[in-house]
Amino acid sequence: MEPGTLSTYLKRGAIWGFIVLELIFFSIAGEFLSLSDKPFMDLDNMLLLFKQSAPIGIIAIGMTLIMINGNIDLSVGAIFAMSAVIFLDSMTWPIFAGLGDAVIPVAWVLALLTGVGLGAINGLIVWKTGVDAFIVTLGAMLGYRGLVFMYNGEQPTSHLNWTLVDFAEAQFLGIHTATWFLLGVTLVLWFIMTRTVHGRNAYAIGDNREAAVNAGIRVGPHFLINFMIIGFLAALSAVVFYAESGSVNPNDGELYELWAITAVVLGGTKLAGGSGSIISTFGGVLAIQLLRKGLGHIGADTETVNLVIGLILIAVLFLDRQLNLKGREALRI
Amino acid sequence: MSEQTPALRLENITKTFPGVKALDDVSFSVLPGEVHALMGENGAGKSTLMKVLGGLHQPDDGQIIVGEQPVRMASPLDAKSKGIVFIHQELSLADELTVAENIYLGELPRKRFGLVDWRRLYAQTNEILKRLNVSFDARALVGDLSIANQQMVEIARALTVDAKAVIFDEPTASLTDAEKVVLFDVISDLKSSGVGIIYISHRMEEIFKITDRISVLRDGAYRGTLETSKTNDEDITQLMIGRTLDLSRNLAHHDVGDVVLKVDNLSCGHLYENVSFEVRHGEVVGFYGLVGAGRTAIAETLFGLREPTAGRIYLDGQPTRIHSPADAIRRGISLVPEDRKAQGLVLGMNCRDNMTLPQVDDLKAGPFVAEGAEIAIFDQYRDRLDIRTPGWRQSVGNLSGGNQQKIVIGKWLSMHPNVLIVDEPTRGIDVGSKSEIHNLIRDLAGLGYAVIVISSEMPEVLHVSDRIVAMFSGKIMRTFTSEEVTEDNLIQAISGLSADKVA
Ligand SMILES: Nc1ncnc2c1ncn2[C@@H]1O[C@H](COP(=O)(O)OP(=O)(O)OP(=O)(O)O)[C@@H](O)[C@H]1O
Ligand SMILES: [Mg+2]
Repeated sequence: MEPGTLSTYLKRGAIWGFIVLELIFFSIAGEFLSLSDKPFMDLDNMLLLFKQSAPIGIIAIGMTLIMINGNIDLSVGAIFAMSAVIFLDSMTWPIFAGLGDAVIPVAWVLALLTGVGLGAINGLIVWKTGVDAFIVTLGAMLGYRGLVFMYNGEQPTSHLNWTLVDFAEAQFLGIHTATWFLLGVTLVLWFIMTRTVHGRNAYAIGDNREAAVNAGIRVGPHFLINFMIIGFLAALSAVVFYAESGSVNPNDGELYELWAITAVVLGGTKLAGGSGSIISTFGGVLAIQLLRKGLGHIGADTETVNLVIGLILIAVLFLDRQLNLKGREALRI
Repeated sequence: MSEQTPALRLENITKTFPGVKALDDVSFSVLPGEVHALMGENGAGKSTLMKVLGGLHQPDDGQIIVGEQPVRMASPLDAKSKGIVFIHQELSLADELTVAENIYLGELPRKRFGLVDWRRLYAQTNEILKRLNVSFDARALVGDLSIANQQMVEIARALTVDAKAVIFDEPTASLTDAEKVVLFDVISDLKSSGVGIIYISHRMEEIFKITDRISVLRDGAYRGTLETSKTNDEDITQLMIGRTLDLSRNLAHHDVGDVVLKVDNLSCGHLYENVSFEVRHGEVVGFYGLVGAGRTAIAETLFGLREPTAGRIYLDGQPTRIHSPADAIRRGISLVPEDRKAQGLVLGMNCRDNMTLPQVDDLKAGPFVAEGAEIAIFDQYRDRLDIRTPGWRQSVGNLSGGNQQKIVIGKWLSMHPNVLIVDEPTRGIDVGSKSEIHNLIRDLAGLGYAVIVISSEMPEVLHVSDRIVAMFSGKIMRTFTSEEVTEDNLIQAISGLSADKVA
């Protein structure tokens, strides 16, 4: 066995162990505490869980890429909302009136372009000014949210298209449309991170930016691409979610950035950058959704759920620190 | 000597890392007032042994005895409190803190209510700095100091406690000759006050100059101890690598071709001024000078890390501007940087990925990285440079210092650059690999590459260069051919004593 394989697997695998624990706990606790007589691990229940984790999940996958770079993007919730507004509203624009259902792909493209464009603005500012991504996207979070409110005031933007609703509610091989998108995004990003030059460079930049520059990697354009990717994913998340609901409030997507970051961190990605894995983030996303659903299943209310998730996050990070301290004893040079 | 109680004894120390037996039943002892050299190839286990002693690693087996007491070193601070002070091979300082804060980190002098006693802190620090005879102040930020001065800060740390034993892990790797003299004074001070000193170095001259005994490790095992006064280079090398090394081999010199790189009246602020030189195909040009003479700044300009304020660079006769390392690499210029840890390596990444980092883009198979090709490159340079690692999956952060350096060198050699610039290429490299790297540099020149070697080791510069550029405080004092250069006129030139005379 190659050195360090076991400990790496242990660390990578931690999130899956946690998920198994959750499943066991909620199955057993559900027997005693649940008001419904359906078991927690019911297939439909699990399929629904996947579907519900998709909106934040898709964003969290993109956030992993950003955080491996050593950056962060706080504006994803606002990009999500702005893209949703463009998505729903564009279908009612008079110029597209003659298109019938062909307006759907047009609206999709417009929404995705909105996401990519807003992401690109973040990326360009980070690249050209050298200001920290935290600050830039904090500004963007406020600014883009402002745009959403300017668009329609406090009013929700609504448009229900039944073809879209059918599409969103379809189940192919039993799996919901939204889940397919989450799985697809996970797979593609996983390939990018593990198999392509772009992914390799992302890790290098996050770990030691100076060495990466010295190796000829152009850090600015690299950041730009990643902010465009996460913008795209935030918009994709909106497009998938609002196909079904058909109405977006100007406050929608608030705190999504924090949920996404929580999932990424639970999955073991370091805030400082340089390490992390897409698959583990996927695990982090599921773990959070399981907690929410499981706690709901045994009758806890939303406030309790948030409190528990917060506590667990801290506990997990503490454990991780302990594990890594042991690792670091050997690593310290 | 043998009746004396050792200041420090290590008995049967064993330490295994995943895939590597770093130390295998090692025992040796250090007497009070003795300078004891620890030698061995890169990756032999020297630093690991010292980390066990300094409380950074726990041994799997064996014990440490200080004076008469067996002790356990729970942490570096614990080791320090037991009188063991460790000066690391890789600098471990906080850049954003002052010199004084770094020296007393973890033990800042206090007043009531836990407030830091700044007056006392700075007074004590300045006293120590005076003993070291350095030019910077206790309030200077460590990040603003040169590497050599940072090294002095590390050394200053050793002087804050009542030490029984002090470990120096390759302390001179980045010191100038003048600074070395100061260091050796400090060591002899410590020695005469009865402190036991462990001194790790790959430089034979130093070993013979300051040590009393020499213990040798090979592949993690103890190979014996020699009395310095009764031994010689060959015996030590024999013990270290199991064979003798012919260091006298004359390096092949080749015919040189056309000019590849020409620098004309280049200036960069006050770092260097009106620098002109050229490098031809098949030629090795050595840059020699004191630390701070501007050599690294020139290298950084050629590699696109600094914009020159005046002058021109020509590549193959064409005037060229180099804006970024990416630009430089595209034009076939490579730089092996001076500070491998900060500038050269992605420590969390594995050996293979580090080595191929600048060229992964060229190794693509469709959209994907061609891992097979990467492994082939890694294997080739591992063999060529004799890199000791259990496999390419090992993260570079876990390699020994010398092996890390070899990864950086392999990275740039494998790019087949037109112009290869190496800044202190053999810092921390053992004797065997050092001559291998020198041979490689000559071989590259033989293949038509133009090579610039920046080094603070005179023997190295004299050994590998066809021509030597002597620099002093940002100016080229003189350019020597290998026929005209002697140690004396070279020293004169770099101390600013000889007049501007371009050969
Ligand atoms: N934290 C670690 N994890 C895994 N392997 C390690 C670790 N630290 C050291 N090693 C391995 O232990 C061996 C001994 O390394 P060590 O740093 O002690 O060598 P060294 O004699 O100091 O060499 P150098 O002259 O290059 O500094 C090497 O093979 C190295 O790769
Ligand atoms: Mg070492």
